[in-house]
Amino acid sequence: MNKWDNNKAWFFILPVLVIVSFSAIIPLMTVVNYSVQDIFGPGQRLFVGVEWFKEVLLDGRLHEALWRQLAFSGLVLLIEMPLGIGIALMMPKKGWAASASLVILALPLLIPWNVIGTIWIIFTRPDIGLFGALVNSAGIAFDHTANAVDAWITLMLMEVWHWTPLVVLLAYAGLRAIPEAYYQAAKIDGASSWAIFRFIQLPKMRGVLTIALLLRFMDSFLIYAEPFVLTGGGPGNATTFLSIYLVKIAVGQFDLGPAAAFSLIYFLIILLFCWLFYQALQAVGTGEKS
Amino acid sequence: MIIRKRTIGLILYLGLLFLPIYWMLNMSLRTNADIMGTFAWYPADPTIANYMKIFTDSSWYSGYINSIIYVTINTVISLLAALPAAYAFSRYRFIGDKHIFFWLLTNRMAPPAVFLLPFFQLYSTFNLIDTHIAVALAHCLFNVPLSVWILEGFMSGVPREIDETAFIDGYSFPRFFIRVFIPLIRAGIGVTAFFCFMFSWVELLLARTLTTTAAKPIAATMTRTVSATGLDWGLLAAAGILTIVPGALVIWFVRNHLAKGFALGRV
Repeated sequence: MNKWDNNKAWFFILPVLVIVSFSAIIPLMTVVNYSVQDIFGPGQRLFVGVEWFKEVLLDGRLHEALWRQLAFSGLVLLIEMPLGIGIALMMPKKGWAASASLVILALPLLIPWNVIGTIWIIFTRPDIGLFGALVNSAGIAFDHTANAVDAWITLMLMEVWHWTPLVVLLAYAGLRAIPEAYYQAAKIDGASSWAIFRFIQLPKMRGVLTIALLLRFMDSFLIYAEPFVLTGGGPGNATTFLSIYLVKIAVGQFDLGPAAAFSLIYFLIILLFCWLFYQALQAVGTGEKS
Repeated sequence: MIIRKRTIGLILYLGLLFLPIYWMLNMSLRTNADIMGTFAWYPADPTIANYMKIFTDSSWYSGYINSIIYVTINTVISLLAALPAAYAFSRYRFIGDKHIFFWLLTNRMAPPAVFLLPFFQLYSTFNLIDTHIAVALAHCLFNVPLSVWILEGFMSGVPREIDETAFIDGYSFPRFFIRVFIPLIRAGIGVTAFFCFMFSWVELLLARTLTTTAAKPIAATMTRTVSATGLDWGLLAAAGILTIVPGALVIWFVRNHLAKGFALGRV
């Protein structure tokens, strides 16, 4: 769409700028400030330059947390994307059944994140949980508080349960946008349902799937409350992801300098993915209009 | 036959989706002794004692009231600030528009953990710790950008000719915006309000850090169900079920726009 050139539009975005500056720029400056100083107490501080950045970049536990985080996000995408597309293909096209499915699907997305953790504690505990009790009665020892593998399985189950509906919703919206004429043409050509999926549905869903992919990647990259409630980062450090480790340093040990340096590096990683996401969104926007 | 298989698959998935929630509901209707003593698929002797405790104990129900207050304040602030901004982004080209738009997005994606300490310091300086407005403002960090993005998506769907015609007809800008434009994007505003509500409602880390007692959210209250006899699972489950209710009530109204909201107005 052609837009009007008018720099007075800045006045319209002024309220947003003021609010977001207050809640983003000022705190971020505080972080930058911390990251280059060693703070002993009120009024006692020492400029240390890039010392904290060096320390953080060489911190073995941070490397472990980063790899753990990448493995987690990667696994999440590998499971949620195909599953989400599959479920979206099963959804009814219209009528009350479609509405009802959408509402049930969206339910997990609206539960406070720590309650998600609570639900899964209750669900997977070996003594009172349905899942834990069933698996244990099948003869497989399962306890997410003691065993690292079990903790990961529980976390993955929870994450897939929590966020696959988002992928379904987006994929479903993409599927609904395909004109009926495409399917009719495919029918005349005698295309198999696999061919319809491969050559009509999948290309048409490309835009929404890109959005889903990046949203899922970033949100899983920032995950905090759910593993914090469910496992507290344990057993040991088995589920200590980046955010959990950061809060441990910042609030637990109150090491402001390293925590701030860590925050900035974390933020830069996010910024990089944000930029990719933005490019993808722009591509989706122009693709629709042409 | 394919259709039938699909339906069965979908019902199976939705069933599995609902199962953990059902299990919590099951727990919430039983006493703690019953939960620890016997394993049951359904409450044999359902009791609403857990819910009664939450509704009668002010340290419990004030958590809900606190959450609702700051979520409401946040939604109002986000909408009021985002409406003109979204209009500017959807209608005008101006210096730095693309960069500002991108910068807003980065705030939606920023890890709350990064902002934890600075927020605490900032709000301490202004003496705002443990007030509803502090949490509402903190949540603006991600809700204002989100609102701008979603609203911009909806506004761009309104043809520009409508604005032009109204201005030719002699409408002043404020009058046009309130009388003509806002009614046109009513659905968009509803969806945006829903998403602000939702993301403020589900967030815990910032809300918990910025409050101690007077504005403590329900999600934080839930961490103190440990008593002398161990965790009170029934009470915890009942509190959890009650946090799902508000979302479940409003979800019906936005069911067809959910995808658009999650895709930041880009579907």
